[in-house]
Amino acid sequence: MSGFSLEQLSNRLGSYIESSSEFRGENTYFVAPDKTLKILQILKEEFKFTYLVDLTAVDYLGIKSPRFEIVYYLHRFGEDYDENIRIRIKTKITEDNPSIDSATSIWTGADWLEREVYDMFGIVFKGHPDLRRILMPEDYDEFPLRKDFDVRNREPSKKSFQKALREGNF
Amino acid sequence: MERVEFIEEQSSDPNLRKESMILNMGPQHPSTHGVLRVVLYLDGEVVQEAVPYVGYLHRGIEKLCEDITYQQCLPYTDRMDYIASICNNIGFILSVEKLLGIEDEIPQRAKVTEVILSELGRIESHLVGIGTNAMDLGAMSAFLYCFKERERIYDILEIVCGARLTTSYPRVGGLPDELPDNFEEVIRNFIKIFPKTLNEVDKLLTRNKIFIERTRGVATITAEEAIGFGLTGPSLRGSGVPFDLRKSNPYLNYDHYDFEIPVASDGDAYSRFLCRFEEMRQSLKIIEQAINNLPDGPYIADLPDIVLPEKQKVYTQMESLIRHFVIVYNGFNTPPGEIYHGVENPKGELGYYIVSDGTGKPYRIHVRGPSFVNMQALPMMAKGRLVADVIAAIGSIDIVLGEIDR
Repeated sequence: MSGFSLEQLSNRLGSYIESSSEFRGENTYFVAPDKTLKILQILKEEFKFTYLVDLTAVDYLGIKSPRFEIVYYLHRFGEDYDENIRIRIKTKITEDNPSIDSATSIWTGADWLEREVYDMFGIVFKGHPDLRRILMPEDYDEFPLRKDFDVRNREPSKKSFQKALREGNF
Repeated sequence: MERVEFIEEQSSDPNLRKESMILNMGPQHPSTHGVLRVVLYLDGEVVQEAVPYVGYLHRGIEKLCEDITYQQCLPYTDRMDYIASICNNIGFILSVEKLLGIEDEIPQRAKVTEVILSELGRIESHLVGIGTNAMDLGAMSAFLYCFKERERIYDILEIVCGARLTTSYPRVGGLPDELPDNFEEVIRNFIKIFPKTLNEVDKLLTRNKIFIERTRGVATITAEEAIGFGLTGPSLRGSGVPFDLRKSNPYLNYDHYDFEIPVASDGDAYSRFLCRFEEMRQSLKIIEQAINNLPDGPYIADLPDIVLPEKQKVYTQMESLIRHFVIVYNGFNTPPGEIYHGVENPKGELGYYIVSDGTGKPYRIHVRGPSFVNMQALPMMAKGRLVADVIAAIGSIDIVLGEIDR
């Protein structure tokens, strides 16, 4: 496929897209969490969105329900690498079951980005090859970027540090 | 010769082959460019697996930014890629301007100055990248030449921003103050002096047999793998992919400048070095064009809701004092929505994903750090290579841990 237009995209994915919006020239599509992996696959293989720019999550505690949203931001290079087509795919995840299929099978680069989301929000990526905490200590038991986490609360760090001291395991 | 035979004899013994040695490299190893820890599983000197551990420098910048106004977030961005903090600042300011939808109202003088400064930041970062990469591989003198020139860039930044490392320079809407009188002079002076050093470093490294032997064919990554990993910047262009945000999405009017995107096709550490080196020449070309076309006029946009009033007026007029107080205390209100803005930083694409709920404080900021994403390629680059090649690989993807850990 040489040319690309957003109409083609919405025609192809028509039934999967729950809603879409545009803000400052950026297009956002909401899709169902269980269909996300399939849609990302279609986007990569049929529409050549080969570069996963960003993957992150947002916590809308008390503002929206379901609570979490996962954000994929994709880029299409075009044949001469001069196109600038970017789309955002979002999916909603509930608080009771914060999990979604991992995109590592589509983009290897999703690996650390998913680990970061797991580390910061506690969202589990099913099928991720190595889902460990990445920035926080491994035995830390809170998820710092959740909105109900208090920055002034030193207890989790203290607990983690004391455990390390006790076990002599740095 | 005898030694090689001895090792081969040993290696045929099944009992000796089984155990792999674990070598812990870092977090305080000088060639890991910060506090990176890599655990190497070795078979003899060959790396079977390399597992990077990051997070030693984690300060929770994204969380901290949720509690402060947009203007207050700016100094935090210095502390991410501290090698080229001016580029981070400009990236953040452009993102907030995009969120506010005021890109068209930014005066030309501010835009051109931002181009000059971000290209200076690029040169600065590449000088450190090349210098330390060469030093890790044993070429001490190139490092000294690079750092001498970097000092000159710091002097320019000091003249403009008052700070050398943590610049926190532009403001939302333009520049905080008029440029110093000798700005043009120091930039022109730099343009005159810098190529000399560049040529000297070129002579020291580009055809240096030892340097080539240590980097050519080392840490190779194909174009397809590089795209899969999401690599950007010279790490991607070293694999033959001519992708640069300055061309594909010309922010700051980059399409008005005449410059090229250097690409090398081998995908090894040497290709990445060549890309960085040529990029410095191209950046210099951009700076020269920009300084020749630096327009006069206002340095900051006329947006009373966003931009602080002049200090003189704050001291003398009641209205300005009130406005100053409100903007400092509450921040400026942003329209609710979400944006992502990526800029071509020296190390790759730096992106800010900002979710706004309509108040003066960001609801969520996510930083897509180029080093964080590029770092993922290290285990693949190191696999099956010698320990010494791991150091060449780390140097060649040019990471900075402040940005990985945030």
